[in-house]
Amino acid sequence: MNGMNSLFAAGGIADYLSDKTSSEAWAFAIAAFIHAFLIINFFAVAPLFYIWLERKVAGRIQDRLGPTRVGGKFGWLQTLADGVKLIQKEDLCPQAADRMLFRLSPYLVFVASFAAFMVLPWSDGWVAQNLDVGIFFMLAVMSLEVMGVILAGYSSGSKWSLFGGMREAAQVVSYEIPMAICALVPVTALGTLNMLDISRAQSGPLGNWMIFHDPFCFVAFFVYFTVATASVKRAPFDLAEAESELVAGFHTEYSGIRWSYFFMAEYASMFAVSGIATALFLGGWQTGLGIEEFILDPIRGWGKNVSFLPEGFVVGNYIANLFGCFVFIFKGCILVFVQMWVRWTLPRLRIDQVMAACLKYLLPISCVLFLGVTVWPLAVYEFTALVLGKPQTTIFSQPLGNKMYETSRERPPATKPTTAVLEREVAR
Amino acid sequence: MSVVRSIIDPLFRVFNDWAFWVFALTTIAAAIAVVVSQNVVRMAFWLIISLGATAGLFFSLDADFVGSAQLLIYVGGTLVLLIFGVMLTASGPFVKIKTSPGEGVLAALIGVLLLSLILYSACAVDWSQNENYDLQGRVASGFNVPAEGNTTHTLGLSLLSARPDKDLGSTTASLTSGYLLPFEIVSVHLLVVLVGASYLARAKRRKEPAAPQSSA
Repeated sequence: MNGMNSLFAAGGIADYLSDKTSSEAWAFAIAAFIHAFLIINFFAVAPLFYIWLERKVAGRIQDRLGPTRVGGKFGWLQTLADGVKLIQKEDLCPQAADRMLFRLSPYLVFVASFAAFMVLPWSDGWVAQNLDVGIFFMLAVMSLEVMGVILAGYSSGSKWSLFGGMREAAQVVSYEIPMAICALVPVTALGTLNMLDISRAQSGPLGNWMIFHDPFCFVAFFVYFTVATASVKRAPFDLAEAESELVAGFHTEYSGIRWSYFFMAEYASMFAVSGIATALFLGGWQTGLGIEEFILDPIRGWGKNVSFLPEGFVVGNYIANLFGCFVFIFKGCILVFVQMWVRWTLPRLRIDQVMAACLKYLLPISCVLFLGVTVWPLAVYEFTALVLGKPQTTIFSQPLGNKMYETSRERPPATKPTTAVLEREVAR
Repeated sequence: MSVVRSIIDPLFRVFNDWAFWVFALTTIAAAIAVVVSQNVVRMAFWLIISLGATAGLFFSLDADFVGSAQLLIYVGGTLVLLIFGVMLTASGPFVKIKTSPGEGVLAALIGVLLLSLILYSACAVDWSQNENYDLQGRVASGFNVPAEGNTTHTLGLSLLSARPDKDLGSTTASLTSGYLLPFEIVSVHLLVVLVGASYLARAKRRKEPAAPQSSA
């Protein structure tokens, strides 16, 4: 059991429980349940907060107060009141609609958005499923969200909805390409798709963050963020639900709790794309101040064998990871705030402008960035050899190769419960 | 407590099998629904479920890269285009697809032929060779050594023709060490197809009188 770094990673809980129960599969199931429970709680609570924040931000930008009454001075409980109202509303289904698809498509959006949270690295070792294909998996499941929107638009039996769905299909399918290429820019520099490894490699001072690694990564962050805003259909790219043209776009016919599933998924996706940006470019759970080395690393071993806590639970490690988790969520929230800021500041684009911005500008830019980041270390190597006489692949930060070697060496051997079960079966 | 455990434990001992059965039955049921349903868009929906459950099968086999690729390419890519195309074309009489009995018989014949081909090739494999264990009782070799997840590094290296799992210096080693050449050939082929498609789409428009350009 590796209680050191990954108590709340799949291996951690499952390994701990497999000592207590007779069946490893049983332990695996409980661990899976715990992870799903934790994530669905974040998935449900974050939109509550973000919708309140959106109202406040919108209010301030438009020189008004936003919600002030429900739940005290700041209107904290506004979203909860909205939620109660939405649950009480009648669950309508129009006559012209395809009933089955109309009812199912909100869940499709919901599930796709939720699945993306499985591989988000909350803190060192805190990830629901530590996949080596992490970022690839995340982009793959986030691309499924569009399916629910298209089906919702089609099955509503309304022209407005159909237009919204078609716009969404065209927009998201085009924007997925530059989004994936921009995500590839730091991945190419690092040589791994694993979200934990990517975040670990950015430990230490601010210069080690991928955004400051080279000029191409720096530009790629901004291009990625623009494209990600478009891919979660936020303004100024919210053509699928353009109120001024399409009533409410793809969710015109929806009401009540099904309508709110779309919004939960939208706000959760905003955090998911911000989480990708945080993990890929902004150092993940690291503060970037270098305080991990002096403050958090010493307490990691503290409180190892507390009698009333489960064996292998390290208190200091838990506190350090909890702090990292807060840092990660804080960074994600800042990026979500920027998305709101942009939404309430910029006017909506036209559909042809949206497509032209993607295909004529963002896609070529991201291709250039991708090519640039592959050439950059070689160019720097030649340049420093010529000028300094001492060749090196980076200028400011630690070379990534060293960094990746260190982090992969520190990594505890991952024993996956599934293989453990298999080995036991084989041994029998 | 022990009573509860004695009931529940046997159920969860087959958890991995259980996941397999859920995904496998979902795949099959959704595939049947694709064939049975007559509405084009519902067919596409069932195809989403079927292909997604296939990705789940890959994940339960710890083939995480293949599973993700299945989701990205088939469910997220091909099916979106399919539904998009259906939405643009399917209206009124074209939404429902009714097959004549003759077509049904033909399709059943082809299906049975394909199934028998797959069954033949599956039965032709000597699966007993899969049960070679080393001294510790672990699987040492065989046709499908269980993957332990985390397959990207091996895949990436073999795409670059670097094979740490093979002794390329030995005289019996085959000449094809990696997949770089096939990969390049396929990607150039796709590029040619893309260029050709855009050329064909443009050539048609060129003959018509120039449409009034919207001032962007």
